Amino acid sequence: MLGFILKRLGLALLVALAVSAIAFFLLRLSGDVAVAIAGEGAQQADLELVRKTYGLDRPVIVQYLDWLLKTLSGDFGTSIYFKTSVASLVFDKMPVTLILGLSSLGFALLISIPLGVLAAIYSNTWIDRAALAIAVFGQAMPNFFFALILVMLFSITLRWLPVSGSQTWAHYVMPTIALGYYVAPAFMRLIRAGMIEVLQADYIRTARAKGLSPYAVVITHALRNAAVPVVALTAVQLGFLLGGSVVIETIFALDGLGYLAYQSITYKDFPVMQVVVLLLSVVYVLLTLAADIANAWLDPRIRVE
Amino acid sequence: MTDAPLTIHARQASSSRTLLRKALAQKSFVLGFGLLILFVLVALLAPVLAPHDPYLQNLTARTIPPFWYDKGNWLHPLGTDQLGRDYLSRLLYGARISLLIGSSVVVIAGLIGTTMGLLAGYFGGRIDMLMTFLVTTRLAMPVILVALAVVAIVGSSLWIVILVLGLLKWDRFAVVMRSATQQVRGLDYITAAQASGASTTRIILREVLPNIAPQLIVVATLEAASAILLEAALSFLGLGVQPPLPSWGLMVSEAKAYMFFSFWLIALPGSALALLIFAINLAGDGLRDVISPEKRG
Repeated sequence: MLGFILKRLGLALLVALAVSAIAFFLLRLSGDVAVAIAGEGAQQADLELVRKTYGLDRPVIVQYLDWLLKTLSGDFGTSIYFKTSVASLVFDKMPVTLILGLSSLGFALLISIPLGVLAAIYSNTWIDRAALAIAVFGQAMPNFFFALILVMLFSITLRWLPVSGSQTWAHYVMPTIALGYYVAPAFMRLIRAGMIEVLQADYIRTARAKGLSPYAVVITHALRNAAVPVVALTAVQLGFLLGGSVVIETIFALDGLGYLAYQSITYKDFPVMQVVVLLLSVVYVLLTLAADIANAWLDPRIRVE
Repeated sequence: MTDAPLTIHARQASSSRTLLRKALAQKSFVLGFGLLILFVLVALLAPVLAPHDPYLQNLTARTIPPFWYDKGNWLHPLGTDQLGRDYLSRLLYGARISLLIGSSVVVIAGLIGTTMGLLAGYFGGRIDMLMTFLVTTRLAMPVILVALAVVAIVGSSLWIVILVLGLLKWDRFAVVMRSATQQVRGLDYITAAQASGASTTRIILREVLPNIAPQLIVVATLEAASAILLEAALSFLGLGVQPPLPSWGLMVSEAKAYMFFSFWLIALPGSALALLIFAINLAGDGLRDVISPEKRG
């Protein structure tokens, strides 16, 4: 088990390092940063000044190592647009994205577990087909379109919820539904498939033969085993959630990392852009690492591979 | 020995036909595939079908509602947008953009991903480890975020969006093609081809690739849907296809300011997008169910 963890940890570190290099070089190589900072019509002298101020006159590899060391030591630099330290910006906005991510995940599981279980128990009946329809609809719906339908319904027509902002819990309701419904279909399909497989297993027949109630069989025996692959999917889906949060937070002007990412991109605020890309990627790397270790712990067969 | 590959190809051809026949026996596949063909026809015939020039502005005929509203008229069956452009014509031309994005991104990403998957699956070892590393790194970075950043710096146009998405979306091709290749590699006819002295390139291209083609088609279908959704999201955020092109995502974005009084301006392109994705997913799922029935669900 320790060997497995160390191996996965090594891979995670390598991936994080590669991501940091990509986050840095991608933005450097795709244009002249000095021009982006100073503006299109900047004079040569202004460009020279910008290059000196931001250290852009040094070799790129030196700039990267310098940036990497500073980032590792917690110095994320200063935002060009917001004029404040990137670290304080990022940490101010992190809780919003964290709340949104967790509530969306919760919402997704809340609808996908019951629907997936019901669809498996009553497979090939109208219940199964209805659950499938909900999943198919969710997968086809562009999340920004679904978000705007929610706004039309709950904010404009019913006047129940605020359109944008992040001050109260009510501001999180629509973003949670929009983002959660976006990732729910994948969970639903996996839970349904897992449950159908598990319900045919011998130990379920034994449990039934023992005279356990159908409820106990499904909840305590079947669902627990069908949940194993869900753990792995949760990590992958959290990656989707982080990406989707850029769109959803922007629509609802929810002041989190996704909205910050969008703002930094439209304002060409390179220091912020780099850190947000790096941060969201590292969060994803850590989550998949945690999921891998959790899976290896749940299912010893994985450790041997 | 020399005729061994021939018999395999013959078998392969018939199995491809069986695949389509089996898929057509499913109602959901027929529905999805039929809708998809309809979208392709609409895209191809847009110049014939469109009642007006999709770019022609008419400021005296702005935001006319579709015909089912009282104020609607049949001159503009689906109304006009905020610049007085005929909405039906724009929607029809929009199908071209979405389908172009879907197919081009899949070609670029498919070439990269399939090459990686074939090499990693066939050779294994270090090449396989390298691919696993590349895929893990790629998966760690949210596509939409990286695409937004690159497009913002390089500049946004239809072809840049296609190129950026194509260079980002190879991960699933690589993963699926790798495991499919691993399954095929140990089979007898590969050993037979090796024994007959066929070159590795020839084995991969002529023996392995045709036999994993069904899986490739399924991934390509589902990835096309995902690419179309990504383009729509990028365009919606203003960093994708640029005006005046009638991208459905861009049309939703442009209509946002008018959503209070003219929600149909959002509902029409949004629904067109959802219907296209629905059709592609249905067709893709249908094909997958035929190839690997155990993964159904």
